[in-house]
Amino acid sequence: MDSDSRRTKGTVVHSAESTRSSPFPDEVLERVLSILESRKDRSSVSLVCRDWYNAERWSRTHVFIGNCYAVSPGMVARRFPRIRSVTLKGKPRFSDFSLVPDDWGADIHCWLVVFALKYPFLEELRLKRMSVSDESLEFLSLNFLNFKALSLVSCDGFSTNGLAAIATHCKNLTELDIHENDVDDKSGSWLSCFPENFTTLEVLNFANLSNDVNFDALQRLVSRCKSLKVLKINKGISLEQLLELLVCAPQLMELGTGSFSQELMAGQNGELGSAFNNCKSLHTLSGLWDATAAYLPALFPACANLTFLNLSYATLQSGEFSKLLAHCPLLRRLWVMDTVEDKGLESIGANCPLLEELRVFPADPFDEDIHGVTEAGFVAVSYGCRRLHYVLFFCRQMTNAAVATIVQNCPDFTHFRLCIMNPGQPDYLTNEPMDEAFGSVVKTCTKLQRLSVSGLLSDLTFEYIGKYAKNLETLSVAFAGSSDWGMQCVLGGCPKLRKLEIRDCPFGNAALLSGLEKYESMRSLWMSSCKVTMNGCRHLARKMPRLNVEVMKDDLRDDSHAYKVYVYRSLAGPRTDAPPSVLTL
Amino acid sequence: MPGALGLLGGGGDGGSSVVSTNDSTDSKVEVLDPAGTEIELELGLSLGGGGGQGKTKASGAWGEYGRILTAKDFPSMVSQSHRTNKTSCSSSVSGTKRAADSEGGSPTGVSQVVGWPPIGVHRMNSLVNQAKSPRAEEEKTVGEKENSKDALKKKVCNGNKANASVNEKGHFALVKVKTDGNPIGRKVDLNAHACYETLAQALEDMFFKQATNGIAENQAMKLSKLLDGSSEFVLTYEDKEGDWMLVGDVPWGMFVNSVRRLRIMRTSEANGLGMLISKIQREK
Repeated sequence: MDSDSRRTKGTVVHSAESTRSSPFPDEVLERVLSILESRKDRSSVSLVCRDWYNAERWSRTHVFIGNCYAVSPGMVARRFPRIRSVTLKGKPRFSDFSLVPDDWGADIHCWLVVFALKYPFLEELRLKRMSVSDESLEFLSLNFLNFKALSLVSCDGFSTNGLAAIATHCKNLTELDIHENDVDDKSGSWLSCFPENFTTLEVLNFANLSNDVNFDALQRLVSRCKSLKVLKINKGISLEQLLELLVCAPQLMELGTGSFSQELMAGQNGELGSAFNNCKSLHTLSGLWDATAAYLPALFPACANLTFLNLSYATLQSGEFSKLLAHCPLLRRLWVMDTVEDKGLESIGANCPLLEELRVFPADPFDEDIHGVTEAGFVAVSYGCRRLHYVLFFCRQMTNAAVATIVQNCPDFTHFRLCIMNPGQPDYLTNEPMDEAFGSVVKTCTKLQRLSVSGLLSDLTFEYIGKYAKNLETLSVAFAGSSDWGMQCVLGGCPKLRKLEIRDCPFGNAALLSGLEKYESMRSLWMSSCKVTMNGCRHLARKMPRLNVEVMKDDLRDDSHAYKVYVYRSLAGPRTDAPPSVLTL
Repeated sequence: MPGALGLLGGGGDGGSSVVSTNDSTDSKVEVLDPAGTEIELELGLSLGGGGGQGKTKASGAWGEYGRILTAKDFPSMVSQSHRTNKTSCSSSVSGTKRAADSEGGSPTGVSQVVGWPPIGVHRMNSLVNQAKSPRAEEEKTVGEKENSKDALKKKVCNGNKANASVNEKGHFALVKVKTDGNPIGRKVDLNAHACYETLAQALEDMFFKQATNGIAENQAMKLSKLLDGSSEFVLTYEDKEGDWMLVGDVPWGMFVNSVRRLRIMRTSEANGLGMLISKIQREK
């Protein structure tokens, strides 16, 4: 049967059962290992011995590829024959900030071609920062009969025509999650392509798209998909229409509203409130564009069980925000705009003792006059929310003392991303660099996995990071450091470092080349607008053949300067699809 | 394309009045206010106080407002229109890349660096495209226990229902507000209000009240002090034509469609608007 053919076609040395050393038959081992879900556990298991390596690879159903160029589709298919679910990430993260050319690569199509052959029963595809064409989406919809879940995050290259193909052909679709992509939004008609007898949808997120969908089609879809758990609609859908949807789908667990301000007929405001009241399973709420104080009270009945509230597109002021928060005692994750100001942050500290994650986005990133939030608000949150472990905070002023207080209150930070928006800005009270702030973060928060630094920073910050950040995996640096020594400290310390992204820092070849061995244990290194030269990059490429060293040139500068450098380990060798602007050394 | 022309009254001296603006840059205009004294006003190209190395602050007459920078100050500057034009993202900045060999010492202005602050392109586009949707009429809110302030808001605004009207799509809802004597600006979302009273109340809360205790005592139907001329400050706005007008004269909808920014001005400086202020005081 299966096990016999596997033994002969595989690389197992033993030819007779009596010489096998493993006490377990393969089937049992596989069955046990199939329970394992964690990637890290599976990786460890595969290193034990040959038998375990094989049992693991045969039992794996989900594969995660953090860098699509680290390995080829063929390699993946050869090692893992039974994959049902794939997660792929493509472009460097700084492509989110327009630092990577559009034609850089990370095209999904070559993967799909291999998958169609090797994984015809593929069910799930989750892509982040990949290039996806309409042809690829159509190919996907036609070649995988059991396809169930498609998630596209920060991707580009496709239009709503591609989505129409998915809706038309994927008869067993349970998930369609279109999140923050660069989509060519041609029309909303794609939604009407779901057949009238199609009922399996559980997750639908089209908040990304701006063109209006046919509301009747949406309403019928929502009504007949009784298992729908997640619904995130786009801005064009009015409050009145939202009301109709809620009435059809009280079982929703995650809701993204459309525009949350509109003229409602008399009595509808009450109906909206009671519709929310009926959604007993709702734990996540987002959307809320243009939310005005008048309609927020309709949400209050739904707030009691909310664990994740995303207000990052609602320009709320502190007054109405505080009133809303008073109804959300169970919040764990909260995303807001800095229009709520420090008063708003104080009310977070006062109302949300269970908070674990806070993200504060700037409503007006380029206007330096705007007050936004300050260190005082952040400190207030830290006093009230002792369980905070994830923060993303955009502000215009910060002090070393405030950060020290914050991490003293919340020592369990795993993700600390602080963005002082004016590059190179010192502690505004003492005028000193912000070195001690990040020093206190890495010294106090021993579980820290991700760190983004900002403000005026000398090499001392990086000395601290290299010395104390034992669990750090991702570090983002901009406009910081004094010399090569800074980067050398990080590369010399931080034993678990996987991703290092640097822009506009005075780090040059000496720094780059101090991490030679380190880069093979990392996923990738990004350096842009630093002091690295082409010679330095060539040297790195020569010394480390298992690394891909790619340089993006800048026409305005001289040829010796390496404008943008992207270094990553790869089993697949240099890539063959790089555009002319990307040089592979 | 002419830059946004801003009219600022002199900081310490003289007042301001409604002046029709020209498209010329860097010209001085002499205006007679109703009291007959000559006021010298300087018109210049408003570059949002930006420029090459971040905000420049001059002392003297312009004091706390910062100086209006004219084209003369930037002989070699590439068009800074992206700074005043809200619809451009950082990604559209070309040419002015930060030199890689600067040591990161002197802070550069936020606006001229590509991809900074690190806000995803998608979110950036979303902020920029925040268009006003048709504003709602204030209705009775859900929930029995309303804050008295909200109830007041509803009552007050319903009285002005005739004035409320739908805004044009595409017009920004957030407008900048500055108070004389306070260097920190704020923004207020006009979409959140349906009448002058609630707007003025919100501004008072924003600039003049320090207490964090949000629940106000019952204020009955008292009009906000900013509107009735009894405060030492008066609320003014700059309209589409660049004129500074007293807030409260035109119907709410017309106001929202034409307002560009707000300024809470010291009553003592609003000499040019004196006729209007005394008119309101007489009507009290």
